[in-house]
Amino acid sequence: MAQLQQQHTITVLVENRPGVLARTAGLFARRGFNIESLSVSVTDKPEISRMTIVVGGDHRVLEQITKQLNKLIEVIKVVDYTETAAVERELALIKVNAEANVRSEIMQIVEIFRGRIIDMSDKTFIIEVTGSPEKLDKITDLLTTYGIRESVRTGVIAMARGAKTAARAGRDGE
Amino acid sequence: MKLSGAEILLECLRQEHVSHIFGYPGGAVLPIYDAIFDCKDIQHVLVRHEQGAAHMADGFARSTGKVGVCLATSGPGATNLVTGIATAYMDSIPMVALTGQVRTTVIGKDAFQEADITGITMPITKHNFLVKRTEDLAEAIAQAFYLARTGRPGPVLVDIPLDVSKNKIEFNAEKDYPKQVSIPSYKPAGPNARVPELQLKKAAQLIAEAKRPVLYVGGGAVLSNAQNEVTELAEKTNILVTTTLLGKGAIDETHALSLGMLGMHGTAYANHAVNESDLLIAVGARFDDRVTGNPDTFATKAKIIHIDIDPAEIGKVIVPDVPIVGDVKTVLKELIKFVEAKPWTEWNDQIIEWKRTFPLLYPRDGKLYAEYAIEKVSEVFGEECIMTTDVGQHQMWAAQYFKSRRPYQWITSGGLGTMGFGLPAAVGAAFANPDKRVVCISGDGSFQMMTQELMTATIYERNIVVVVINNHALGMVRQWQEMFYSERFSQVDLAASPDFVKLVEAYGGVGFRATTPAEFDEAITNAKAVTNRPVVIDCVIPTTENVYPMIPSGQSIEQMMIRQDLEQLKADVHADGSEWSFSHEEEVLKQYVELVHAKQNGA
Repeated sequence: MAQLQQQHTITVLVENRPGVLARTAGLFARRGFNIESLSVSVTDKPEISRMTIVVGGDHRVLEQITKQLNKLIEVIKVVDYTETAAVERELALIKVNAEANVRSEIMQIVEIFRGRIIDMSDKTFIIEVTGSPEKLDKITDLLTTYGIRESVRTGVIAMARGAKTAARAGRDGE
Repeated sequence: MKLSGAEILLECLRQEHVSHIFGYPGGAVLPIYDAIFDCKDIQHVLVRHEQGAAHMADGFARSTGKVGVCLATSGPGATNLVTGIATAYMDSIPMVALTGQVRTTVIGKDAFQEADITGITMPITKHNFLVKRTEDLAEAIAQAFYLARTGRPGPVLVDIPLDVSKNKIEFNAEKDYPKQVSIPSYKPAGPNARVPELQLKKAAQLIAEAKRPVLYVGGGAVLSNAQNEVTELAEKTNILVTTTLLGKGAIDETHALSLGMLGMHGTAYANHAVNESDLLIAVGARFDDRVTGNPDTFATKAKIIHIDIDPAEIGKVIVPDVPIVGDVKTVLKELIKFVEAKPWTEWNDQIIEWKRTFPLLYPRDGKLYAEYAIEKVSEVFGEECIMTTDVGQHQMWAAQYFKSRRPYQWITSGGLGTMGFGLPAAVGAAFANPDKRVVCISGDGSFQMMTQELMTATIYERNIVVVVINNHALGMVRQWQEMFYSERFSQVDLAASPDFVKLVEAYGGVGFRATTPAEFDEAITNAKAVTNRPVVIDCVIPTTENVYPMIPSGQSIEQMMIRQDLEQLKADVHADGSEWSFSHEEEVLKQYVELVHAKQNGA
């Protein structure tokens, strides 16, 4: 069984240039750090991209990751949300078997999880659901009974609660 | 005035005061070589293999502290630089590698001689650039030099497509070359950075309390040119100093407080000192596995102060009690103000006793040994010479027996351990130091990896001296096979090698062969007289010689192996009353300790 290890959600602000993603992801690979999920997009400033990375490892591993990331020239900022009050969200699309006899059951589940059915065929639904990773795990579990044909998750994105922003959070990692 | 990208490149190099480019032409750099044709103020050195160019730029940098520059074409030219770039990266050497690239219009189309060199070198450069517009070239070059030399130095690669070096744009170096580079996401600790007083006080407190302190000094102190500061701290506190392979020269190794190198093949006394210490002051060193062996059993009784410019080194291997991030020279200058003077202690006497118990000795039985050759080189070429090495047994013997007097004098591939490094690095150092003699200690394996650069030395009349410690084997691998693989000597026999004397003669240099100490003395004296050509001395030693002391990989000091004949060698030395290295060291030490005591009593 895989050993349980702590997960950390970190946000990395980087210069929005070609190759930056490869540089960042490559660093994780060659230093032996595990990426659980990674999501990237531009920010409100087009020259800056924001990566949200969920990594596994203890405090020391996280410290090394933060420091090594900070060494990359194009990394502007690394913020660890582990000990900050932060909102974490992920989105999943789940294509599930939905024959007529189980449709209403599935629709109930979707309702309870505040998801949406965004596509429907005579045999399947596509369900869209947003929330914490745990919530998505849970609904995925429940839908497995009906037969999941395909599913995809965006990976976590995170933001600190309150007025604090990633760009303004105190300088991290020395 | 309208200039081509290639002309702009040279203008930029002028702005950076580049004196030498080590390079090799090819299709994608034709415009750059066309510009070089008219260039009188920057010397281009034509090498024989791009790897040689990278090591020369590296040797240039290591012997001066300046940024070394190499140039290669796209594809195979660029990939041939890779080993040289990785070598520089592992040892934090400032270097700018310029590569040609196929035209921007065909990048990604598997064009002739195309290789994604920025992709390939991502993990072995501090940073790299693919310049897509001639307009962006000057800024990339300025940033490359800035990144290479500031903070923790390292190699930076700039990939320049053919059309980028060919296109012409309006350019005026005085006006258009960035005078100052500012990269918002890059804030290295510079020499003027403020060192947190709290950390300095904590460190000073630990030093004051320590009963058994040791200074452990690495390549960071050399890169920071901090010999004065290291020495001042050591003298003020009477703390003995051991250095890493790359830290050699951070203190004059003939100084009474120097313990030589520590680690796998370090001196027994340095390793005992570290093992028994209650405070280890790590200065620009990174707790490499060749130093620590098993980190869990390394210096377990010691508190640790770790001074390094790279925050990522703090806590990477060992979590220090007091971390101080900053330029070594700057931090030590400040730290010296906070520490109080300490007397000569019984602990120091204990270390000196270890030095007497486990001296570095080799047999004086009329045979030629590497240790003898290295001592002789030091004697003949004196303290002014620069020594480079290759990688293997000879490198460890050189590290043990060559006393480095100052930073930039000892040049070796530590982190990557690159065979083939020594000869081209010597050529690079010779270009940077025309007034100094450069000696390369090599092995018969390493020497054959970059032999062709003898031609470069011949053409440019560089009188480097290559001492090939020839044991007709890949000695270090052989040693491990003997010790840990039941003497199953697999693929280490180099008995069938070219005649090195004839080989160097074929390259236009001078060759000597030595099989006895007397022959070596004669060869080295003759080598000294050569003024305008490379010299190779084929120094034939017994195949069975091993490097001692040795702490096997990943183990601790309890497993340290000492030469079995050490007691006999010690007895021999005292019996024939001949000069041996420690008797001189003993004298230096005695005088130093007397001086310290006199000062203490006077105060």
